[in-house]
Amino acid sequence: MSILAFLIQTLRIATPYLFAASGGVLSERAGVIALTLEGWMLTGAFCAALGSFYSGSPWLGVLAGVGGGVLAAALHALATIRYRADQVVLGIAINLMSVGITRFFLRLAFDSSSNSPRVPGFDWAGATEGNTTAGLGSLLASFSNPLVLVALLSLPTVWWILYRTPYGLRLRAVGEKPEAAASVGVSVARVRWLAVLGAGAFAGMGGAYLALEQHQFTDSMTAGRGFIALAAVIFGQWEPKRVALACLLFAAAETFQIRLQGLQLLPSQFVEMIPYVLTIIAVAGIVGRSRQPAALGRVTE
Amino acid sequence: MSHPEVSAPARDPWVQRLMEPLLPPLTALLIAAVVGDLLILSFGQSPREVYRLLVDGTWGNAYGFGQVLYKATTLACTGLAVALGIRAGMFNIGAEGQLALGGFAAALVGLGLPAGTPAVLAIPLCVLAAGAGGSLAATVPGALKARYGASEVIVTIMMNFIVAALLNWLVATKVNVAESLHTPEIHAGAVPRLAEVFPAFHGSAANFTILVAIGLAVLVWWFLFRTRAGYELRAVGLQPDAAEYGGVNVGRTWWRTLLLSGALAGLGGINYVLGYKQYYEEGFAAGAGYLGIAVALVGRNHPAGVLVASLLFATLSQGALAVNALVPKQMLDVLTAVVIIAVATAVPEVQRLLRSLRGRQA
Repeated sequence: MSILAFLIQTLRIATPYLFAASGGVLSERAGVIALTLEGWMLTGAFCAALGSFYSGSPWLGVLAGVGGGVLAAALHALATIRYRADQVVLGIAINLMSVGITRFFLRLAFDSSSNSPRVPGFDWAGATEGNTTAGLGSLLASFSNPLVLVALLSLPTVWWILYRTPYGLRLRAVGEKPEAAASVGVSVARVRWLAVLGAGAFAGMGGAYLALEQHQFTDSMTAGRGFIALAAVIFGQWEPKRVALACLLFAAAETFQIRLQGLQLLPSQFVEMIPYVLTIIAVAGIVGRSRQPAALGRVTE
Repeated sequence: MSHPEVSAPARDPWVQRLMEPLLPPLTALLIAAVVGDLLILSFGQSPREVYRLLVDGTWGNAYGFGQVLYKATTLACTGLAVALGIRAGMFNIGAEGQLALGGFAAALVGLGLPAGTPAVLAIPLCVLAAGAGGSLAATVPGALKARYGASEVIVTIMMNFIVAALLNWLVATKVNVAESLHTPEIHAGAVPRLAEVFPAFHGSAANFTILVAIGLAVLVWWFLFRTRAGYELRAVGLQPDAAEYGGVNVGRTWWRTLLLSGALAGLGGINYVLGYKQYYEEGFAAGAGYLGIAVALVGRNHPAGVLVASLLFATLSQGALAVNALVPKQMLDVLTAVVIIAVATAVPEVQRLLRSLRGRQA
């Protein structure tokens, strides 16, 4: 097994996790539970396929994917921030709605109940079947998809926003002590709105990556990736650097499982469990302390 | 989104009492109907025709109604599970996994019993197994919540995926019928269909598990409102610190509640495994665990409300199949989500409006 091929595959698998987890950190650090990453991603994936199909440009597809994620996030923000609905209930509802609405419009737009037609993606001229599997060609091919690079930059960007901008300071304050933030004139609602919309944009981009990489939208194609990203956020203790490592770790475990399938070291189902088991251990605080943002999930007036 | 005219009769206390539980589903259905119209029109169909099909295919004939009852049975169990948790101040999002594990456990016992075991022995054993299976899936979140105060929301979500993977492994490699993702048929423990007593239900999956669901609702009501443990449970849900100060062991209450909640969800598994297919099949839960949250929400965490709400969501789910000829059946998934969002969002707004109007009158 070539190390390079392993790393590249890990990176590709990690890309949607990195995007969605960036959104997760942004949203949860502002005090809004990110149970909806899955739904935002799925909406983003569908919109990206739609955008790319009708415009013929993957770039416009990405834009549409981001737009879809933001739109789904806006609904979440409207309900939970403006109308103070319960974040967990809304999270479940929006995930359900995303599955339903993407299937509905899949029928409406492409008259199919399973997948869209082939849509344009980011194709590198040299990336043919032969040289994507090994060596330098493969390395170049994965970086020919600009979204992989953007994904690598997404958590550093979130880190920079959180710790190097005035907005980030307010966001962290709102996630920890909203009343204190409000008392010094910070608009809790506005900070949270922006964080949730930003989270939707990141998750939508993650969805766009999935759809464009596979050149089509398929029914429920996110397949729980939003929840793995949420697990990464929690396992990474809401710190961008640790969350990035968690995403890469989970992706590496998956790559390992795919590459070693022939060896039957461990049933694939047990490898699938790794992110969830690690997250439970982290949440229990059995090893080290884990503390979520103090105002996470709390409704504020 | 809010309608001032609904507040007009609010002065009458009798109407007020009736309106409080009825308002959430009615407001939600109204909003869902508007969204539904838009979706139907976008597909170029007539809303009236689609809604007529929906009603005809669910409450309009015995088969459709039987299917509604069948689906409501599972939802009542998961709804009760979530409602009990919320009464203790906890969000059990793990009903999906608990339901699946409960169904699997019932199938295992049904397979282990020799063929010809009398039903009076076999059914209770399988039912016990289902409850125990559901509880088993809740032990991890329960223990971690009680011991370390770990967020049950996160742990139960993660457990759903762990249980799904575990069951997938068991069914794919240990107990399956070749080329399928289900177990062999159980040897004993089958629950008879309603059609055996009421022939009109012929062909529908409705079975006597519905009596179990109704019995559980009564039991939960009695437990919550008529026992000391239920009182403590509600006290913990309202204000854990005050309950602790009043001598309630909060950690133990959380632990006990999650185990009971898991058992309730797990018992939902017998509806499919013992009552319908007589085997466990991967994916039979099909979101009923998550919908339990909606059922509890609309049913206002009261056992009677849960039963009514389970009928509502079962109707939407069965109605999806009825309208599929005209519009994609996923329309009803969207409407289900709209109902949940509307109940969580608009209803508090409407209630606030009512309260402010009432305040002005006083």
